[in-house]
Amino acid sequence: MKIVYFAWVRERIGKAEEQVDVPDGIGTVADLVRWLKSRGEEYQYAFENEGIVRAAVDHTHVKPEASIAGAREIAFFPPMTGG
Amino acid sequence: MARTIRIQAEPFDAAAETGLLTKGRGDIGAVVAFTGLCRDEDGRLAALELEHYPGMAEAEIGRIAAQAESRWPLLGLTVIHRFGRIAPGEEIVLVLAASAHRQAAFEAASFLMDYLKTRAPFWKREHLKDGTVGAWVEAKEADDRATQRWG
Repeated sequence: MKIVYFAWVRERIGKAEEQVDVPDGIGTVADLVRWLKSRGEEYQYAFENEGIVRAAVDHTHVKPEASIAGAREIAFFPPMTGG
Repeated sequence: MARTIRIQAEPFDAAAETGLLTKGRGDIGAVVAFTGLCRDEDGRLAALELEHYPGMAEAEIGRIAAQAESRWPLLGLTVIHRFGRIAPGEEIVLVLAASAHRQAAFEAASFLMDYLKTRAPFWKREHLKDGTVGAWVEAKEADDRATQRWG
């Protein structure tokens, strides 16, 4: 599964995208965040306040409880500041 | 309904876009145009840099446009959002809402801007006059409240 990061989430993790093999039992966006945080301090830093970071599955905004089953691309980013 | 959505680095011409939207149309009685510009924040900023999520930006703006079309009797809609480095005084975003009457056009343009600010995947970062890269712009609670008023 491809994970992409934007703005300061990208900077804190130190990469714009990565391909990951997610272990069994990771069913939701919140599960995925918990697993990513176990991979290193850069992820802990990016997700230090989980309530702030937003997620999208296949280009659609989702909540932490959303399923990631069958997802091609998951994105994490700060609250949006366009317009 | 004529719907145009573009994500681009290049500047746009609001008057020309309005002309394209209304050309040859006898049914449109109102066009509301909103242009968002880059401020210099009291002379502090050299530029804003806009990062976006290619693919999702188009998709999300399409969903926002579809919501506007379902809520108001629109006859045309244009949304152009720029990315990359934008200097003070330059345009960032254009929303055009066309309808037979003004009320729908005013409300739809306002709705579109509120949703663009809080839902479209764009992030602004400041570049300062002294040549340094400043902070990422923080999302404003007032923008969330403005979006929530639409229910």
